[in-house]
Amino acid sequence: MIYELKYLRENYFQHTMFELINLVKSPWHWSVAGILVGLTVPALLILGNKHFGISANLRHACAACLPANIPFFNYEWKKEVWNFFFVGGLILGAFLAAQFLQTSGPVDIHPNLANDLAQSGITDYSSLVPQQLFNLENLFTWKGLFFFVIGGFLVGFGARYAGGCTSGHAISGLSNLQWPSLVATIFFMVGGFVSANLIVPFLLNL
Amino acid sequence: MQQNIAGTLGEYENRSLDTICVNDSLQKESWVANIKYGVVGLLFGIVFVKAEVISWFRIQEMFRLESFHMYGVIGVAVIVGAISVWAIKRFGIKSIGGEHIEFHDKKFNKGQIYGATLFGLGWAITGACPGPLFAQIGTGALVIGVTLLSAIAGTWVYGYFREKLPH
Repeated sequence: MIYELKYLRENYFQHTMFELINLVKSPWHWSVAGILVGLTVPALLILGNKHFGISANLRHACAACLPANIPFFNYEWKKEVWNFFFVGGLILGAFLAAQFLQTSGPVDIHPNLANDLAQSGITDYSSLVPQQLFNLENLFTWKGLFFFVIGGFLVGFGARYAGGCTSGHAISGLSNLQWPSLVATIFFMVGGFVSANLIVPFLLNL
Repeated sequence: MQQNIAGTLGEYENRSLDTICVNDSLQKESWVANIKYGVVGLLFGIVFVKAEVISWFRIQEMFRLESFHMYGVIGVAVIVGAISVWAIKRFGIKSIGGEHIEFHDKKFNKGQIYGATLFGLGWAITGACPGPLFAQIGTGALVIGVTLLSAIAGTWVYGYFREKLPH
């Protein structure tokens, strides 16, 4: 009797652990992600009076490596070293999640998108970043010039010109009810809509 | 908006110029103390991968109105963030270092229109804003390092031409 109970309990424990691991390994619901991303704002404020944002790192990198007497890059970037730690953790966290917390299966995508992408030869959804597009062979082609170099340039230039990126404006700024951040967020979306619907389909067929 | 602003500003004003994300703390922290921000970043990175926020496909779906996913993530994050900021202000919550947490009002300038639109164009092409760029590299897509370097170059070029651009 006692033996059976113990067996049942162990079995139950194993079963629960199994379910839990499966739950962690399957893609997370948007509400879970939203809560955790939102909590980053108070976490950084309470841990050390730091305002959440990521694109500032790109500026600190300029200030640290190539300030070139440009006033915009002449400030004490060492006071923002915490942000390098934050993105360092971000890279490590992404690595750990991809290595140990991922089920191997294709990314679930909308049939219309799958259709359109198939016409441009993108049929592999096994990774979050389409490997048929973002690969070394494409790097030195017209496609690569746009998807890597020009795309990245627009992100870096635009984020600083706008005074923040999605994390700074859309998360931190909107959390603090700043209307200029709302303006920026709206124009992020405007650019994105134009780009995804009119420019990306063209670039995919280069 | 401003003429040769950086030359006439104090260190903090220059450091926080065109930036939301700043260190407001006056306390000097050791390198080891910075590890706690690394831990927050680590958790953040896991969320980014697990909720497919860093997926190029999810970003396309968002802008093609084919999925609610990204709207849900950003919407809930803003609600949680706003409640947290409200609570910090309302109850005068201090940082663990005992400092008063201050919030700054963001001034409007035209960069929030021109710059944000350019950013949006790039966001849909790369399928990543700056946070996901770092995370994508972490998942093993090392070639995205080129995109990141290009984003740093874009930031540098902005700094170089900053005073000539309409603000």
